[in-house]
Amino acid sequence: MSGRIEPVVMPKWGLAMQEGTLARWHVVEGAEIAPGRELCDIETAKIANAFEGAVAGRLRRRVAGEGAVLPVGALIAVVADDSVPDAEIDAFVARFQADFVPVGPDEAETPAPRTIRVGDRALNYLALGAGGTPVLFLHGFGGDLNNWMFNQPVLAETRATLALDLPGHGASSKAAGDGSPAALAAAVAGFLDGLGVERAHLVGHSLGGAVALVLALERPDACASLTLIASAGLGREIDGSFIDGFIAAAGRKDLKPQLEKLFADPTLVTRDLVDDVLKFKRLDGAGAALKAIAAAAFPGGAQGLVLRDRLAGLAVPVQVIVGAHDRIIPPGHAEGLPANVAVHRIAAAGHMPQMEAAGEVNRLIAALAA
Amino acid sequence: MARKISFRQAVNEALAQEMARDPRVVVMGEDVAGGAGAAGENDAWGGPLGVTKGLYTRFGPTRVLDTPISESAFIGAAIGAATAGLRPVAELMFVDFMGVCFDQIYNQAAKFRYMFGGKAVTPVVIRCMIGGGFRAAAQHSQCLYPLFTHIPGLKCVVPSSPYEAKGLLIQAIRDDDPVIFFEHKMLYDVEEEVPEEAYTIPFGEANVLREGKDATVVAFGRMVSLAMQAAQALAKDGIACEVIDPRTTSPLDADTILESVGTTGRLVVVDESSPRCNMATDIAARVAQDAFAALRAPIRMVAPPHTPVPFSPALEDLYLPTADKIAAAVRQVMGRAAA
Repeated sequence: MSGRIEPVVMPKWGLAMQEGTLARWHVVEGAEIAPGRELCDIETAKIANAFEGAVAGRLRRRVAGEGAVLPVGALIAVVADDSVPDAEIDAFVARFQADFVPVGPDEAETPAPRTIRVGDRALNYLALGAGGTPVLFLHGFGGDLNNWMFNQPVLAETRATLALDLPGHGASSKAAGDGSPAALAAAVAGFLDGLGVERAHLVGHSLGGAVALVLALERPDACASLTLIASAGLGREIDGSFIDGFIAAAGRKDLKPQLEKLFADPTLVTRDLVDDVLKFKRLDGAGAALKAIAAAAFPGGAQGLVLRDRLAGLAVPVQVIVGAHDRIIPPGHAEGLPANVAVHRIAAAGHMPQMEAAGEVNRLIAALAA
Repeated sequence: MARKISFRQAVNEALAQEMARDPRVVVMGEDVAGGAGAAGENDAWGGPLGVTKGLYTRFGPTRVLDTPISESAFIGAAIGAATAGLRPVAELMFVDFMGVCFDQIYNQAAKFRYMFGGKAVTPVVIRCMIGGGFRAAAQHSQCLYPLFTHIPGLKCVVPSSPYEAKGLLIQAIRDDDPVIFFEHKMLYDVEEEVPEEAYTIPFGEANVLREGKDATVVAFGRMVSLAMQAAQALAKDGIACEVIDPRTTSPLDADTILESVGTTGRLVVVDESSPRCNMATDIAARVAQDAFAALRAPIRMVAPPHTPVPFSPALEDLYLPTADKIAAAVRQVMGRAAA
């Protein structure tokens, strides 16, 4: 990319993000950077996270200072190699700033989630990107499609993606049937059929991993590859106190400590993140759905469904991603899996590697779904 | 799915969803259908500010009852119907008219559960409008929720936004005790994201809208958005406010307030009701009694002066709390008062 000047701009994480705060720089001006290098920490109302660069070259300018609050798309740094004179960099920055128009809250072309009726249920989903066999994201217990806010937009740059609110969750119907992974997998199969999607790369997190695994076993034709992240279904143990505490928590004081268990770095849990989960839990039927799913999937504080022995029978590429600091499902469940399963252990993540180590997880998903 | 709707639509949606869910829920009040006994279309108005529009055509005359202009009669009827098995939502229009039906509320509805040893329930909701800024003069602009908060046996709800209004009203309708629901008339056109599905927000659980370490700002109803504006302005000066909306004045989530003051050591209470014996004095007394050792500055109250609400627009604007007045009070407790 000799001679090219690459802008680094404020990313858009999640549908609601309008602006972010550049909390801390991780690289100095003049540093040589590669794709995936953590450039800085960015805080939004919903979540704080490390922002990784996507380009290689020398970080020639840090345009935004620490503490700066900038709209999505605003220039935060400039990358170029050494052959580009300083004057050209200055001219690039000046031109970018002069031309930059932040997108207002109401004019944002943010794609909205849609609803499809499958049987007597409404299922809420977000479709982003186009082309190829789609990647289907399935969230975990008590989560929703926004759990993929750092993953889906990135994967969608090169292919079709779908993120679904599982029955009982998000804005989907709250009737969860018998709440078992099999019942949820049947609903997901109905969803794919309803959209006319014949095959998808399945990416499941936690409970969603068990759902994806059941689907891959029941409908091998529908599964192009399988990525299981901090997945249920690979061992007996699970932190039953998290499941119980999550269900019982009626206010933010009770809920926050439960959500903090999900992350290696509990400071990622912001007021807005807690608030979003509370808003879901207040919906009519949400509590009953969570109880039904917990009773069916995690009876007596242990996992009712263990399918690790059946992984060897899968004909598609399979990978398992775990966070070393997972306090919900032991990362040891990834040990001793059949030889056809690629295992990736992420040191700096807990139960939510797709958020805490989004860049790495995105590369793994993209590689498997290539 | 969540989409943006107004406070007025949020109240309407809560009523419609509860009426659809539970046949015992009825709506009654002056003009809630509109045009009763007169020629022309029923439901022409949907209440004086259009909040109940559409309910009459959907649920019919047995569920949406226009009443005569006699608050003592229809509030009494609603309370009686509640004791007999219905779940009425009565609309009183302006809270200022509560005086003519006060016995029914504070000496009857509020006392039944206690005096009948828990054997009687009175699941009635009385909706009413509060607040200034509407140029509606002294008899249509008061914020009288402290009067009702004073009475044991009543639950008092002061919603601050469309999301809050829908969840708190559904909770009110499902509650077995009499609930007075205070809607600030200047909030009706405010819009925000509200889920289409029904949901409930529990009573007695404050909402912490913003976390901060320097000063606690407690505000009610329309004052909450002003407190947030003030907090945003103060953040630019390096002052981090924790903004708390108690949502209900009875029950009151004092724990959240005390816990916050325990961290910040500074308290500003913003209350649009008259300054004597209001929520600000109530909360200030509670904090002085239970968290005195944590206080690093005197408690400040932001409230109107002790006068009727003026009709003159210039005077009404001067009378009401503003974001600037709230910010000034916070600067004062921070020891950074402007010269």
